[in-house]
Amino acid sequence: MHGGEDISLKNISKIEGHTHLDIKIKDGKVTGCRLKVSENKRFFTSAVKGMEYDLVPNLMSRICGTCSSAHSLCAIETIEKAFDIKVTKQTEQLRDLLIYSGHLRDHAMHLYFFCLPDIFEKDSVFDFNKQEHEFVHDGLDVKEAGNFLSTIIGGRAVHPTNSVIGGFLSFPKKEEMQQAIEKLQKVRDKILKIIKIFYDDKKTFKRKTNYVALVNKDGNMLRGYIKTAKGTEIPEEKYGDHLQKVIIPYSTASGFTWESEDFMVGALARLNLNRENFNKNTLRDVSRFLDVFPCNCVFNNNLAQAIEMLHETDSSIEILENLKNNLKEEKPVPIKPKKSEAVGVVEAPRGTLYYHFKIDETGKIIDVDICIPTQQNVIHMEKDIAKYVEELLAKKLNKEKISLEVEKLIRAYDPCMSCATHFLKINWL
Amino acid sequence: MKKQKNVKKPIKKSKTIKKTNKKLRFGFFSFTCCEGCLVVFIEALNKNFDKWMKKMDITTFRALKPFKKLEKLDYAIVEGSISTKSEMTKIKEIRKMSKKVVAIGSGAINGYPSNQRNNLKGSELQKVNKLIKRFHQLPKIVPIKQVIKVDDEIPGCPVDEKMIITKFNSYLK
Repeated sequence: MHGGEDISLKNISKIEGHTHLDIKIKDGKVTGCRLKVSENKRFFTSAVKGMEYDLVPNLMSRICGTCSSAHSLCAIETIEKAFDIKVTKQTEQLRDLLIYSGHLRDHAMHLYFFCLPDIFEKDSVFDFNKQEHEFVHDGLDVKEAGNFLSTIIGGRAVHPTNSVIGGFLSFPKKEEMQQAIEKLQKVRDKILKIIKIFYDDKKTFKRKTNYVALVNKDGNMLRGYIKTAKGTEIPEEKYGDHLQKVIIPYSTASGFTWESEDFMVGALARLNLNRENFNKNTLRDVSRFLDVFPCNCVFNNNLAQAIEMLHETDSSIEILENLKNNLKEEKPVPIKPKKSEAVGVVEAPRGTLYYHFKIDETGKIIDVDICIPTQQNVIHMEKDIAKYVEELLAKKLNKEKISLEVEKLIRAYDPCMSCATHFLKINWL
Repeated sequence: MKKQKNVKKPIKKSKTIKKTNKKLRFGFFSFTCCEGCLVVFIEALNKNFDKWMKKMDITTFRALKPFKKLEKLDYAIVEGSISTKSEMTKIKEIRKMSKKVVAIGSGAINGYPSNQRNNLKGSELQKVNKLIKRFHQLPKIVPIKQVIKVDDEIPGCPVDEKMIITKFNSYLK
């Protein structure tokens, strides 16, 4: 159509879920960039209506196998806020462990198995040479540390069963917590090694935009207030005044803007906005890698995830050291349903996750709004791709090379298409 | 695998896999689902990677390597349910190319939870129907055994990690 310059990428690999990309080019300029999420819709927001509140976290977890604990914990938080339930400090600590372990597994999968092949210029980890193969083992060990921790806290790593509204149904044994500490301590050096790899990776693409994340005093992923790089600070429940939904007609996912502009969420946003509150042991050991933050280079989302893996490891070790001698078998806080409405916000591995429930007096869900990180990043991603392609065209790269580079850029976002598509919102034509 | 002949009720005729020194060829496929079962498989690799990779070649696994073309497989491991015509075509192609098809997790085995939309009623159904048409989805979400013959199933939502390990150890004997 335009002298055969257009680029079309089908079935982009090494990301979570299914997506395609079409780029239209004319005279060295990108005239159209469409990221077409092709994951099939699953209508969770319709199915949950009319459901009893206590069944909801388990169903919401199934929106995404990759970040199931984040969905489950966000649903739990929303329902607890709706019914004014205050959980114990111990429950908060166990939940911190559950979300940290989920992030750790998830980031490790993304960095070692999706991104590292790009750094070593290989198709996949299965093509690594002997020397590079060491990193496959590092990745498996980091994942295993996270998997073990998820399992002793949540019952299992995917769709955890122990964590419920009001608390936990069963508890880790002292020996298991000790074993988890040892596994986490063992992977610290491996994580430092991968941090350096991504720090030394000099792929650069910068665009000055906005970043949004939940911030707090200890870098936890579950509590705090919402902050942006442009200076907005708001409580969680006010998110609806700032986030706007944008319908993307060619995609099964919708997009979002923040105060009418594209923005980014995820590890890079968290590092940009909250790094000084990360675990002190992490900050001590990564100080030389922090000079790049705050940062507008999307490729540094990989570095940010690597640094977060250390923060999640160190924070988990600290909590486990404290809990292993003091853990009590507490019963979940009793619940009294009431007619109510509430907002829950957590930092999922890929960014800020918002839940908004309206509940009737019997505890049935009347209305739901869910806003997931990949949806929030979609417009930002398209704009980045368009600008990046123009930069690469100016450098006279051929189409094949441009395609490869664009895939790396998309991968840096760590998009999760399973999450991005499973909602029904009615206000489109 | 030969043992299958003694099973009381074999599922139609199932191709047997001859024992050779060659690695077995595996493909992993996700249909409409949360993709948690393949996450569990990847977690199972944590402790089994070296052992299994001596005996298996992963020829297709979109999450881990670029997809080139569908090749002949000894085992196709499938998660998720079937929600569109194109998914139907794809699962039939996979069946043609594979000696054994294994359905993993409730999505592939019975359609849950994607099939929750099959039971929607009233205004929710009307809203969903508009989207079903717009995105060319099938009227009902179905498990894969309603479209093709399935040789083995590993149940769960998600599949249990220990069961995945036991099953793969038996496939790779």
